Amino acid sequence: MTARDQMFGSIRRALGVSGEEASRRKIVTDRLADHPQGVIPERGRLPPAARVELLMRKIEAAAGSVVRLPTAADVPAAIADYLRGQNLPLALRRGADARLAALPWEREPALAVAVGASRGDDLAGVSHADAAVAETGTLVLRSGPENPTTLNFLPDHHLVVVGADTVAGDLETALGMLRAPRGAGEPAGLPRAVHLITGPSRTADIEQTLILGAHGPRRLHVLVVGEPSV
Amino acid sequence: MSRAATSEKFAENARRALADTALQGALGFVETNFPARRRAVVEALPEFDALRDSARDIKAHTLAHLDLYLEAYEARVRASGGQVHFAPTAADANRIVLDICRAAGARTVTKGKSMVSEEIGVNEHLAAHGIVPVETDLGEYIIQIRDELPSHIIMPAVHLDRRQIADDFRRVHVGLPADRDLGTAAALLTEARTTLREKFLAADVGITGANFLIAETGSSVIVTNEGNGDLTATLPRVHIVLASIEKLVPTLDDMAQLLRVLARSATAQEMSVYTTIFTGPRRPDDPDGPEQYHVVIVDNGRSAMLAGEFRDMLRCIRCGACMNHCPVYHAVGGHAYGFVYPGPMGAVLTPSLLGVERAGSLPDASTFCGRCEAVCPVRIPLPRLMRFWRDRAFSRGLGSTVSRAGLAAWGVLAKRPWLYRAVTGAVMRLLARLGRSRGRFSTLPLAGGFTATRDLAAPQGATFQAQWRRRAAGDPAAAHRPAPAAKATALRTVPSGNPHGRASEPTVAEPVRAEPETRP
Repeated sequence: MTARDQMFGSIRRALGVSGEEASRRKIVTDRLADHPQGVIPERGRLPPAARVELLMRKIEAAAGSVVRLPTAADVPAAIADYLRGQNLPLALRRGADARLAALPWEREPALAVAVGASRGDDLAGVSHADAAVAETGTLVLRSGPENPTTLNFLPDHHLVVVGADTVAGDLETALGMLRAPRGAGEPAGLPRAVHLITGPSRTADIEQTLILGAHGPRRLHVLVVGEPSV
Repeated sequence: MSRAATSEKFAENARRALADTALQGALGFVETNFPARRRAVVEALPEFDALRDSARDIKAHTLAHLDLYLEAYEARVRASGGQVHFAPTAADANRIVLDICRAAGARTVTKGKSMVSEEIGVNEHLAAHGIVPVETDLGEYIIQIRDELPSHIIMPAVHLDRRQIADDFRRVHVGLPADRDLGTAAALLTEARTTLREKFLAADVGITGANFLIAETGSSVIVTNEGNGDLTATLPRVHIVLASIEKLVPTLDDMAQLLRVLARSATAQEMSVYTTIFTGPRRPDDPDGPEQYHVVIVDNGRSAMLAGEFRDMLRCIRCGACMNHCPVYHAVGGHAYGFVYPGPMGAVLTPSLLGVERAGSLPDASTFCGRCEAVCPVRIPLPRLMRFWRDRAFSRGLGSTVSRAGLAAWGVLAKRPWLYRAVTGAVMRLLARLGRSRGRFSTLPLAGGFTATRDLAAPQGATFQAQWRRRAAGDPAAAHRPAPAAKATALRTVPSGNPHGRASEPTVAEPVRAEPETRP
């Protein structure tokens, strides 16, 4: 008997089931296919404009910083402003994300933008989120060449661009966006990693003293771009 | 210190802990800090109690169909290019992990915080076979260099102060200037961050636990604040997920429900900083991430718990709220419990893992005040489960002769209401008369354990039941005594007015339990 058989056997013995029951199989298949929603907090059901405001408040409550920009074209200047404000060199790393590649970086000629995964020697990285969750101030990022996972964790400063029209009120809606089929040519299903990020890295493991920047970024700066969808 | 289990020595451990002033200082902060912060974040979410019901129901549903969800999960992990391994015992899990590490030619392994890895002792197993495991969660790193068990499931080093940690860093971080300043938590963190960053980049294999396994997508989920778990899962060539069977949930939506109660209960956050959903290894175009993704599903005694009353314990999501609110944990800390799981959840789980013969005194270490159940995000009836263990220990003939004789005598009384009333009434009258002058006793026969550290208040002359009967009969003298009535509400673990039979959150100071305790 394999270890697998042994474990399934002891689970089924303990539950008093065979695993062949059609009714049980249907319950499980239906739940996996229908993924019924549970309790959604009222604060996750705000209209679009209020959702964006709540997102920004919650990012700040989680010790992140956030700015609102009218258009994506304003992003390079806002990033340069942030780096200057933090006394950082005007250097940045990003992934191959088409939305980031299309930004008018040439308007900030002093800003050096490298492309690709981080190997740990970047002070600042920028990613594009696929969605955000207003109820908790959470950003949703997908791993891949567009936005490599290492950019979320290795640079000291993580900057994240998110479209105001992708701000969901509640977590379930944002997760549903992951489940939806992507554009033509994009593989279905989840990427290797989906990162739900709420504020910068932190620890309270020493005397329960909260300190930002444990192993990941010391600062999380979010740029909310454009208008919410109606 | 050592990492050997000492649950059979709870009383001795507890005595030592009570005399440890550094520990008592750290524990005082747990008691004042956590409950207030949790309460604030819970009160900010009106749906919190409804979410607890939802969380309980999701876990109960999954456990009832665990075989089928496990099948679905396994198929989807394989479809995403990952590998699933089944480990009926701790030894099986350790062997599987070692085999994967050896096949990868691993010399060092970084680890994210994982309670099941502490439970099975995978670090010791790897180290014994020449592979260096490096804990990367700050608290876990600290206890690893001290060779200790975690004293809390969320804050493993909560028993230490920064001077002790600074001494450890000076001892193990050789080659750094001896006169460097390690006086603040921030300085300690900076040193650990720098040291561990090198380890992350050098490691061949990363091992993490899982807060959830999602059957719908074949994903494993970790919830962290530091970001160490993500670096562990991203930078090495191989990612191993160690997860026990009860981590399964059906869907992403179910995970979302549980996340809302987890962070609030664990650290008083609305959402932890990093919640990451891993599905399979690096994809063809990915510039980072591991080439291999393995999940080791650990049973280690859990399937046996599915059969009986302890199935409820498998709902546990390891938030630590029960210990943060436990007066016994506040008094003795986590190490007294002698295993990786302390506090009320440990008092229920540890006897399942080590056996009631070794860990039977843990469920005895409870006043049954009910706070653990009142705050549990998945509504585990922890006091009731501890009572089951007491029952089992008694029926197996465990415990000292004196305590067994006492319990047997108590059983005779508790099962005969008329005798109980007669005896307690007589004792109350006697004690009331004897204590009339001082109002309290500093010594009493048979109660030396109690009066050694505090006085016993003298009874007022009648038992609670007698006063209650008189009150119900409309005796005006009894109606003027508010104390017994207030006590009556506070004393009930399960208020009869609650149609769901659930414990409600205590709103009064901790009551002293004076109800007859039927044991067994």
